[in-house]
Formats: sequence, structure tokens, C-alpha cells
Amino acid sequence: MSSEAVTDAASDGASDPASDPAWETVIGLEVHCELATQTKLFCGCPNAFGDEPNTNVCPVCLGLPGSLPVINAQAVELAMRIGTALHCEIRPSSFARKNYFYPDQAKDYQISQYDEPINANGSLALPDGTVIGVTRAHMEEDTGKLTHVGASGRINSAHHALVDYNRSGVPLVEIVSEPDIRSAAQARAYASELRGILVATGASDGRMEEGSMRIDANVSVRPAGAVEFGTRCEIKNLNSLRSLGRAIDYEVARQIALIDAGEVVRQETRHWDEAAGRTESMRSKEEANDYRYFPEPDLVPLVPDAAWQERVRAAMGPMPADRRALLVDLLGGTASEAEGDQIRAVVDLGLDALVLAAVTAGAPAARALARASNEVAAEGEAGLALPAESFSALLALEASGALSATQSKAVLHELAERGGGDPAALAKEMGFEALAADSLVAVVAEVIAAHPDEWKRYVEGDDKVSGVFVNAVMTATNRQANGKDVVAELRRLRG
Amino acid sequence: MSSAREVAAAVRSKERSARQVTEEALAAVAARDGELHAFLEVLGDEALAEADAVDAAIARGEDPGPLAGVPVALKDNLCTRGIPTTCASKILEGWRPPYDATVVELLRAAGAIALGKTNMDEFAMGSSTENSAFGPTRNPHCIERVPGGSSGGSAAAVAAGFVPLGLGSDTGGSIRQPAALCGVVGMKPTYGRVSRYGLVAFASSLDQIGPFAGNVEDAALLFDVLARHDPCDTTSLRIEAPPTIDALRGGVEGVRVGVCPDLVEGCAPDVAARVYEAAEALRAAGAHVEEIRVPEFAYGLSAYYLIAPAEASSNLARYDGVRYGLRVDADDAAAMNTATRTAGFGAEVKRRIMLGTYALSAGYYDAYYAQAQRVRTMVVQAFERAYASVDVLLGATAPTTAFALGDKVDDPMAMYMNDVCTIPSNLAGHPALSVPFGTGADGLPIGVQVLAPALEEALLFRVAAAVEAAAPEAAVLLRTGAST
Repeated sequence: MSSEAVTDAASDGASDPASDPAWETVIGLEVHCELATQTKLFCGCPNAFGDEPNTNVCPVCLGLPGSLPVINAQAVELAMRIGTALHCEIRPSSFARKNYFYPDQAKDYQISQYDEPINANGSLALPDGTVIGVTRAHMEEDTGKLTHVGASGRINSAHHALVDYNRSGVPLVEIVSEPDIRSAAQARAYASELRGILVATGASDGRMEEGSMRIDANVSVRPAGAVEFGTRCEIKNLNSLRSLGRAIDYEVARQIALIDAGEVVRQETRHWDEAAGRTESMRSKEEANDYRYFPEPDLVPLVPDAAWQERVRAAMGPMPADRRALLVDLLGGTASEAEGDQIRAVVDLGLDALVLAAVTAGAPAARALARASNEVAAEGEAGLALPAESFSALLALEASGALSATQSKAVLHELAERGGGDPAALAKEMGFEALAADSLVAVVAEVIAAHPDEWKRYVEGDDKVSGVFVNAVMTATNRQANGKDVVAELRRLRG
Repeated sequence: MSSAREVAAAVRSKERSARQVTEEALAAVAARDGELHAFLEVLGDEALAEADAVDAAIARGEDPGPLAGVPVALKDNLCTRGIPTTCASKILEGWRPPYDATVVELLRAAGAIALGKTNMDEFAMGSSTENSAFGPTRNPHCIERVPGGSSGGSAAAVAAGFVPLGLGSDTGGSIRQPAALCGVVGMKPTYGRVSRYGLVAFASSLDQIGPFAGNVEDAALLFDVLARHDPCDTTSLRIEAPPTIDALRGGVEGVRVGVCPDLVEGCAPDVAARVYEAAEALRAAGAHVEEIRVPEFAYGLSAYYLIAPAEASSNLARYDGVRYGLRVDADDAAAMNTATRTAGFGAEVKRRIMLGTYALSAGYYDAYYAQAQRVRTMVVQAFERAYASVDVLLGATAPTTAFALGDKVDDPMAMYMNDVCTIPSNLAGHPALSVPFGTGADGLPIGVQVLAPALEEALLFRVAAAVEAAAPEAAVLLRTGAST
């Protein structure tokens, strides 16, 4: 997981260029999630990203004549976890064949669930409480990967293409939302929340940049208040939350401009060009494939019994919404807007266990949250690996006044670099030993003596000048003094 | 050649060596297969090496299994590791699978020797083996006649006495019809009894691998080796198959046999006469024989010719020139696909791909494919009704004896009618078997078909053994005559 969840939370409030009160945007998202299984959906080949091309292949995922698919129970279990987390009905299901010719498709058909998906009729609540319907979350297999080889690397100028079947047969769950989403920001919030859920269920690593999570957006516009939907376009190639938001904004503006100009929106599939910042027509409805779906005769129906469903449910940890609620509870039941952002970031990054451990060990919840969402998050992978006991001990040192906030942050960085350790020992090693109270008194006295004019102004009530003394004390003590203690001593001397 | 049981017994007792048996089989093939063309590929060195391994195992005191040293002919739609597997199609010419079909592994584990890959109608589509891209097979009883199909090569190889056993696949009658036309036993097991892993698919919901043999006992022996659950095929049954060979001589006393006019009436008079004679023979052996009508069988053919092509249109999509087999280059991938498939598939395969594609197309699915599935359900229910009052059904296997080469190649409907009696068992997934029973007016073999409910292979073989025991001497002479 990248730090995108954090930046996304920060940019959610950006203005929507296509917002026009006369028009309503209607969006439905189709999210393809690669399941984090050990092996592929229908064979025993490793499900791994980034290996040498065509090394994780066998007769089944190469579609060799005579080979037959066998369903992977772990994939079914992960699909059921996703359905459970999205409040879906888990149903007796079956597979179908989606027939179309393409070189990345080993059998020239894709095995997918069609009219009997394993999960249906669910919902996803956004952090702001908006509920988006989930039509279905069904299982299917991924295709191989084509690389066009030619002068410019673009499809049209390619001389030939290379096919890597390592991805062929990797298990996917496609999560289809209802057309309940009303803005680009909401689409991003949905995708972000869904990613959190997919990671929390253990179904996926949520890495959009590696293609673990891929999004298609169905976008239409209609006059505000209209009941009928407008004609939709499906946008493909959305590789990040940022692309998703930009593409929707572009597409909404495009469709409104078309209608305003008296033209019609054609139902079609459009490709998002990230560099150019626009969508381009790929194929119209008339050019669309007739997939000739029919029941997959090589697989028996998939009917998870109640006991299996219950085992799956029981094995699931809390979802992001539950985890956010728990952090709000820790804060005493309410969270400021800033704290809300921190909570979202902490849960998105999976740092909430760290916060919980620190608070349980006695740290103040607000400080634990702030340190986790800022300093720990900034450490990236090293932050995620930070041992809870190191983090808890550090916050305890900070709370006791033994370390200043500045020192604490420096120690935290060092802890992350070293993968943990005893923060007290580390602070000592870094020269951050807390000053004894009597030596602080002496240093403050020296500093006052060295700054008679400032002291006079301070005594007369100019509090702003205290910064001069604090900085001077810090310099004199090699930053071992606590700023709060210095101010307290100044106040005591002022009387 | 002796029966499979006799060969295995002789090899196990060191009376004969597997090498000796294999050399004799290879010599028989060399002597006559130039004329018959039952084999597309004869495995000389490979077969002898397998035979030596069997002999070595015996010398070590091990038991190589119930088919020790028995040469077997494999239909060329069964994957054999490193050995060309073509489905008699140009599109797969030269393709060598990197793996063995499960049945091939089971045969080897039972001590059998794979003698070669046999000719067939391209992708198992046909009833005469004339649709092979590599030339037709001829009927060993009369070389101007077809051996039936699509497993014509395996049927002819057994009928000619090249091998005691063969494997075929039966999607709409492709084992039973050539067995009838060649005067051998051919059996289609219950759907799911035998693993399809490594069988190049024609119509997945109908395909089933089964045995050819010179007699019922050998067919049962081979079936018992093949009937195993296979985790590589999810449609493979988990139910244990009881050995059928033990019950073979149990007789038919008290067995209720339903002679089904719906499986006789469209047939030639000599064929029909043999079915009723077989019924009388069973009655004489103690069975309760009655007539039972199943008019729904008449709709089976139409349903089959929608379902099988529909599945085939999808199963055969993978022959696109990208990964293996034939590739005809063109300007882009789509044009290469088209050029490859145009050059690689024969006329009958193209006809069925088009039929199936049409049947599954948007707007036609309900009228054709979905309707055909409803008819399939109706046929299943009709069987259930029939089996409420009888234990097995009896009918013809094929409407006529072997017809002349070229007779029906230009008339697909006439060719399709060959399957009319065999298709119902495929639609229902039930076991059925063709056993030789005398000859027709032309002196050529006639097969009688026994049909049984799902999983009742033991009963099926038992009834078939009773039919065989009562078969007119002429047919027996013909079969053994073919091996001289």
C-alpha cells in the first residue's frame, strides 16, 4: 500500500470542475480485485507478480487441449470474505464462459460468474455515512498480459506483441456498484473505502500500481431532478484514485458540453489517457462483442454451505468502519475534523493496531493518533513494521516529560530506521537525556541573565518574548530541555 | 490375438513376455494397417520400451497390474506426453502435449502398453471417420465400408485383431456406433465415471471416455481400470465404482428388460430383427422382457445438435494460432486467427462451430440453446419414468450396418441420423453399451445396444454378457475371422 490513501484524504475536498447545479452526475463503479491467493483460480500455479514471463504456467492456465479447471477453495473463501464485508447475500453460484477471441486469453473464453454470482445485493457505507449499493461481487479469472513491441510501444505502431501468461488464471473478484455514486469525490471515497475493506479482509494487497485493484467507471449525466438515467460511457484504464477522479470530472464535463451543444452522448467504452488528461473512444455499443455466455460445463456449481460461510465470517477481523469507530471511542466519542482525517489515514494504512497498543499502555489517544498518522505514516513500510512496544514506550517517555516532542519525533524516526528497539536507550544514545529539574533552573537563570532587556519585557507581560528564552535554553542544553518545563520555570520566576 | 484377460494372465505367469505380445501386435499392424489406416501414429520403440518395463517388473516379482502387457489403441484425442495428439485435425498437426491424460496414466499403472494413436473424425465430429484430415479408416470386415465414427480407428484396430483393447470417446455415440459397425464391444460409462482430464474436449457436458474390446469381459476389465475419481476433473464422480468384472456371470434371472421401439423403429429391418432376437434370448435366459415406449427420445437428436455444437464452438476457440499447432501468418492477430482457422479446420468442424456460435448468440440463445437444455431435461425425466418399471433398456445401436465410404459425406443430416439411438444416453449422462449380435443381410456386423441408469455399469455389463452368450455363431466367427 502506498501513501496515496493519505494524500487522497487530504485532497477530497478539492472543488469538482464539473459541478453544475443544473446537472446530476450518476456513476457506477466496477472494481476488479486480484485475490491474494497462493495459487491461481483453476490450477496449482503460483499467483505471483513480477516473475519471469511464462514461468508460472501449466496446461490449465495455458488452455492446452484436454486440460480442465479445478476451483481453488482459498479463492472462494476470499470471495466470501469480500461478500460478507460488503453485506452481500452469499449464494449458491455457478460459472459461465464469456467467449471472445484475444491473444492474452489462453482459451479464447474467460471463466466468469454470470447470472449466478457468489455475492449479491450488498452495500458499502462511505465514511460520511452515504450508503452505496453493491449489485454483486463475483469470481472470475484474469487474462494474460500483452506487451506490444514496436517503434513507439503503442498498439497501432506495434510490430508484434508478446504474451505473458503468468497472470492468466489469477483469481479476480469483480465488485459492481449500483449507480448510486454522484460525484468524482464520492467515487474516490468509495474506491478508497473499498480498498480498505479488501485489505482488511485479507483478500487483496490493494496495490493499484501493480494492477491488484483495477477500476472501470460507468458515467452518465442527467438534468437535476430527472428520473431517467442519461446514456452512460464506460471508462477504462483508471490506474489510481487520482485518475479515477480526473477521468470522471473530464467525462462529466464532456457529456454536459455535448448535450449543451445539442448532440447526444453515445453509449461506448472510453479509454482514459492519463498524460493527455482526457477520455477517448475505444468502441461503441454496436462494436461490442456478443460474449455468447453459457454455463461452464467443466465446473460443477459452487454451493458454499452454511457452516463454511460461518467459518469464514468468524475468521474475519474488524472492517475499516469498525476500526475508525473504535479510534473515535478512544478519543472520548468525538473527533475533530483534523482527527477524523488522522483516523482515516491511520486505518487506511493499517496503523490503528499501533495506536491501540499505545493507548492501552497509557499513552494519550490524541497524541498517539497524531504521531501515527504523521510521523509513523511518513516512514512508509518501516513505519508499518514499527513494533507496538517501541511506539508505546516512546509515547510514555514523551508523556512523562522525559522527552520533548521534537526529541520524541527524532527518536521515532531512528526507531523506524532500526526496526524497533528501546526508545529510552536510544534517546540516551542520541544524547537526549532529560535534564534534572535543578539543572534546568540553573540554565534558565543563566539565560535570563544573558537577556536582561527581554526579561524586562517578559516581566511586563509580553509573553511572546518567552520564545527567545526557550530557544536559548534549548541551545544551551543540546535540546534536552522540555519547552513546556522552560515556560513553567519562566512563569514561576515572573511570579 | 487372444483376449486381454488371456494376454494379461499369460504375461503375469511369464508364459509370454510383454515384449513378445507387443512385437506381435506391431507386426499385425505393419501387415494390414496400410490398408485399414486405423492408426495415425504407431508407437514402435515407445511400446517396446513400455513392454520391457512390464517384463522387468515381473522379473523383480512385482505385479504390473490387471492389464499387464496388453496392447491398447488410444484415440488421437487423448493427450500423450511427448507423442503427437492431433484429433485428426490439421490445426493440431505435430502438437505434442506436455502431459498424459489421466486415462493414459491409469492404463500405464495397470501394466497396459500404448500401441499407438488411432484415427477419428476430426475433433470427434462425425460417424464414419471420413472427417479425418489424414484420410479415412476402413472397416476390417469390408474395406469398402466405413468403420463408423468418430472413434473408427480404435474400433477397427480391435476388430482387425491388432489389439485386444482400445479407448474411444463417446459424445453422441462415437464409441457405440463404430463398435456396432465393426462387430466389437464398445461402452460409454456414466458421465463422470472416467476422468476427462487430457481428453481434448468436443462437447464437455457430453464427452465420456470408454472401452473397446473384443468381448464383454475385456470391456469390463478395462472399464474397471478407468473408473476412478480424479481430482483434476471436477465433474469426475467421487462415488466408488464397484468392480464390474466380478458380477459379469451373474445372469439375468429376474432382470426387467425394456425393449424400446423408439430405439428400433427408424432402423433397417435386419437391424430391428436382431434387437428383437436379442430380447428373446434374454427372456430365454430368465429376464422379464417387456416393451416400453419412450417417445421423448425422438427429440434427443435435435437437442444434441444444438448443445454439442454450442459447447464445441467455445471449446475449439483456443485453436487460434497463438500458442500451439498450426499458424497461418497475416497482418494482425485477428487476421492470423481467421487464416489459421480457415486453413486448419475441416468442413464438418466449421459447420458445427457455426451452428454452435449461432445457437449461443444474443437473441437466439433462448430459442436454441436454452430450449435444447429443456429438451435434455425432458429426456432425463423420460429415462426416469422408464426406469421406474424396467432395469435396463434394449434397442439398436446404429440404424444400419456399415455403409459405404463416400455414401453420406455430402448429406450431413443422413450422417447425423446415425446417432439417433445413441444420443439419449449422452444427454442423460447414463451408461450404455453396444454388443455384437449377428449380422445383417449384407453379412456385416450388427450391434445391439443395452442402456442402464446412471452408475449401473455392473448391471449393464451383466446384461451385455448374457446377450453376448446368446449371440449367433456367425458374428463370433466374423470377429475372430478378422484377426486371422
